[in-house]
Amino acid sequence: MTPAFAAQIPATIIGGYLGAGKTTLINRLLRQADGERIAVLVNDFGDIDIDADLIEARDEDLISIAGGCVCCSFGNDLLDALTRVIAMQPAPQRILIETSGVALPRAIARTLTLMRGVTTDAVIVVADAQSLRERAADRYVGDTVLSQLREADLVLLGKTDLAEPAAIAGLRTWLAEVAPQAVCIEMQHGRIERALLLADRVGFDRPAANRSLASPRPSALASAKGAISPASSHLATTLFASLSVRFAQPVRIDEITEVLTDPAMGVARAKGLLSATDGTRWLVQQVGRRVETRALDKPTENEPGRLVVIGVRAQLEVAALDARLARLGAMRG
Amino acid sequence: MPITIYEARSILTMNPSRPRATHVAVRDGTVLGTGTLDELGGWGAHTLDRRFADKVLMPGFVEGHSHIMEGTLWRFVYVGYHDRMDPNGKLWPGARSIEAVIERLQQQERLLTDPAQPLVGWGFDPIYFGSRRCTRQDLDRVSQTRPITIAHASLHILNVNSAALKLADWLRPGIEHPGILLGTDGLPTGELRGPEAMTPVANRTGFDRTIMAGDEQGLRAFAKLCVRKGVTTATDLASPLPESALPMMLSVTGDDQFPTRIVPLLRLLAHPVPDTIERSVKLQAASTDRLRLGRIKIVADGSIQGFSARLRAPGYYNGAANGLWYTAPEQIRQAYELALAAGLQIHTHTNGDEATEMALDCMEHALARHPARDHRFTLQHCQLADTAQYRRIRALGLCVNLFANHHFYWGDQHYATTVGPERAERMNACRTALTHGVPLAIHSDAPVTPLDPLFTAWCAVNRLTASGRTLGEHERIEPEQALHAITLGPAYTLKLDGEIGSIETGKRADFAVLEADPLQVDPRTLKDVPVWGVVQGGRVFEAATL
Repeated sequence: MTPAFAAQIPATIIGGYLGAGKTTLINRLLRQADGERIAVLVNDFGDIDIDADLIEARDEDLISIAGGCVCCSFGNDLLDALTRVIAMQPAPQRILIETSGVALPRAIARTLTLMRGVTTDAVIVVADAQSLRERAADRYVGDTVLSQLREADLVLLGKTDLAEPAAIAGLRTWLAEVAPQAVCIEMQHGRIERALLLADRVGFDRPAANRSLASPRPSALASAKGAISPASSHLATTLFASLSVRFAQPVRIDEITEVLTDPAMGVARAKGLLSATDGTRWLVQQVGRRVETRALDKPTENEPGRLVVIGVRAQLEVAALDARLARLGAMRG
Repeated sequence: MPITIYEARSILTMNPSRPRATHVAVRDGTVLGTGTLDELGGWGAHTLDRRFADKVLMPGFVEGHSHIMEGTLWRFVYVGYHDRMDPNGKLWPGARSIEAVIERLQQQERLLTDPAQPLVGWGFDPIYFGSRRCTRQDLDRVSQTRPITIAHASLHILNVNSAALKLADWLRPGIEHPGILLGTDGLPTGELRGPEAMTPVANRTGFDRTIMAGDEQGLRAFAKLCVRKGVTTATDLASPLPESALPMMLSVTGDDQFPTRIVPLLRLLAHPVPDTIERSVKLQAASTDRLRLGRIKIVADGSIQGFSARLRAPGYYNGAANGLWYTAPEQIRQAYELALAAGLQIHTHTNGDEATEMALDCMEHALARHPARDHRFTLQHCQLADTAQYRRIRALGLCVNLFANHHFYWGDQHYATTVGPERAERMNACRTALTHGVPLAIHSDAPVTPLDPLFTAWCAVNRLTASGRTLGEHERIEPEQALHAITLGPAYTLKLDGEIGSIETGKRADFAVLEADPLQVDPRTLKDVPVWGVVQGGRVFEAATL
């Protein structure tokens, strides 16, 4: 990891229309913080209802949350709030930004580009499976709802357990049309695996890191779809799958990303350190279908490359991915 | 209690049963009556005050949509295109070129002794300068080291110098943001558009958001402007009304030399709606004669010239994408319902006709659940409403407060770019509102345009643009109607029409003291009627001696 990369605190933008379940999601992610220091930024404290049992203390513009997390309101000055949050001792390791119900989340992402030390990890748009289509057809807010979906890396569908499976399938087809850039993830009975939503510290450069995707849990190693190096916590084995590969030889970065962003592969996130055929070295990060590649200043490892891919268990085509990546030189492990 | 009888050249009472008088009797800040000296003598022992014997009295003007920030901004350097009077009565000539703007800033810069003190200008309006943009290099000529910021008249754009960009760490390559214009060198030009781009610099260069809320100095300056323009009651639409500011506002307005009744509306933000309703009920109980609390403002959409207003089909004339919702319809509907149930009043900013339609739908829904016979909810700006919408507005019992000044300042742009000729000609449709029996007020939205109700009335009467075009002959109204729309009209939208807005028995002794009769002058010169000062609650305030 280069110092420039290490210094960036990942920020996740959580958007979605009024009542979609943004606050519920944030409470869930705080409960799964597992020792990570998360700073939650909201327009206004009125926007969010942090579960009372999580709150340790609160004053006018800061709520202290169990486990070293905080919640701040940012009003009209997000950058000022970010500056304050980053200056905290110890600094947060992750930032969640909840947007207002009519906001367009990419506007927040644009603002983050103006700030050093913070980088947008993902735009997650939360949607209520039961009312989404109706909202998207609303004469007043329909275009706002559609714009939000089109700006998402990940669309998180809630309340799917209250709908018929056929209705969910129809919704997914519709989403693939209106927001083809987004990967759709369903919450199951309100459960969600944080590794799908938040960039965890993928294990290849820190094999021993806590909570990383390189969890040694045996149950995870031998899961149904053939995930090799998955991940973290308790729910992992049932909700998502992953694939971890190495490359002995330099690769063409565009060929790798073409595979990863193929909608048929069902990749929700990927992270790789890859050597290109021209001798340059790259950090590749993918969330949804959005890929960011960053040239690294200097080679940091001897091996040409590693790549970890994760997705929803029911959607990640591990075997097909494995086969296509193998043709590009990938080896398991 | 002593009685004073003021003699005037004429008193234009706005009371139709006694429209003109020569005398008005006042006791304890209240009008006993208007009439002849003989008629009023019946009230008993009195002093005859003849200082207005050559003046014309009108009811004190009511500005139904302004912001205290109009007072706050005057601590900065005015660099607008049009002449404008400051709270101390100094007329600042318009700066008619970028060169003139720079020169004025240079003059002011030389007066500063602290080298770190930022310099801020406001009111900048480069639409009059063709395609020439102001750059950081222009403002670097004012100072290389001191942060220089100028705010555009719309308050939605800033131009800053290199020193100001450095404070935000933005004078570097690699900035990519639609609100930050880049030059051919890949560095920001210093033009910052929209709050995301403006706020981080503004907060570091002396133009921060506390200004928006208003402070004691700003409130006092605002009140002076009110006196100079004949205003005795003015809204602050809207304020976050922080608890911490209330004691200041109560104490300043409670000062027996404070000349204005201030009506601050609490802005509905993202708080849960019931919290805002609850807070308003509490605020209402804290009201005093000169600080009227307990009303709520909601902002539904953005602005037309900023292309952030929500328009129905066929949308913007230049093809720009539709604007943004600032508040979700669900929240508006909930707020309307709760406010009707609690007997509170809501004023809703709707610029685009889609926002107006949405507000009407919300109102229809809310009224079905909480029928209220005299709610006087008001649509503020409501600039693009068509005739069918005025019929609905009437049916739902809403009032409108239209932005008459817009024609003069941006009418040419509306005609050419934003909404096109047809809708530009029916924007702020004062006549249509009156034809359909909709209670009408007109406003300045100061500081967006200057606080000056006679100018606003002139705009509604003549509908002239800055270039001289008559924009919508059909929507012009008569001078009497325009004067109503700056007195009783806005008083009605605030439910204060029983107290103010006309000069008649039992109402507050609030007068605008004029040097000429606004119904005797050529309507094309209505804006030029000089204002001597005001009488507010029976207290006399002369503009020249403020």
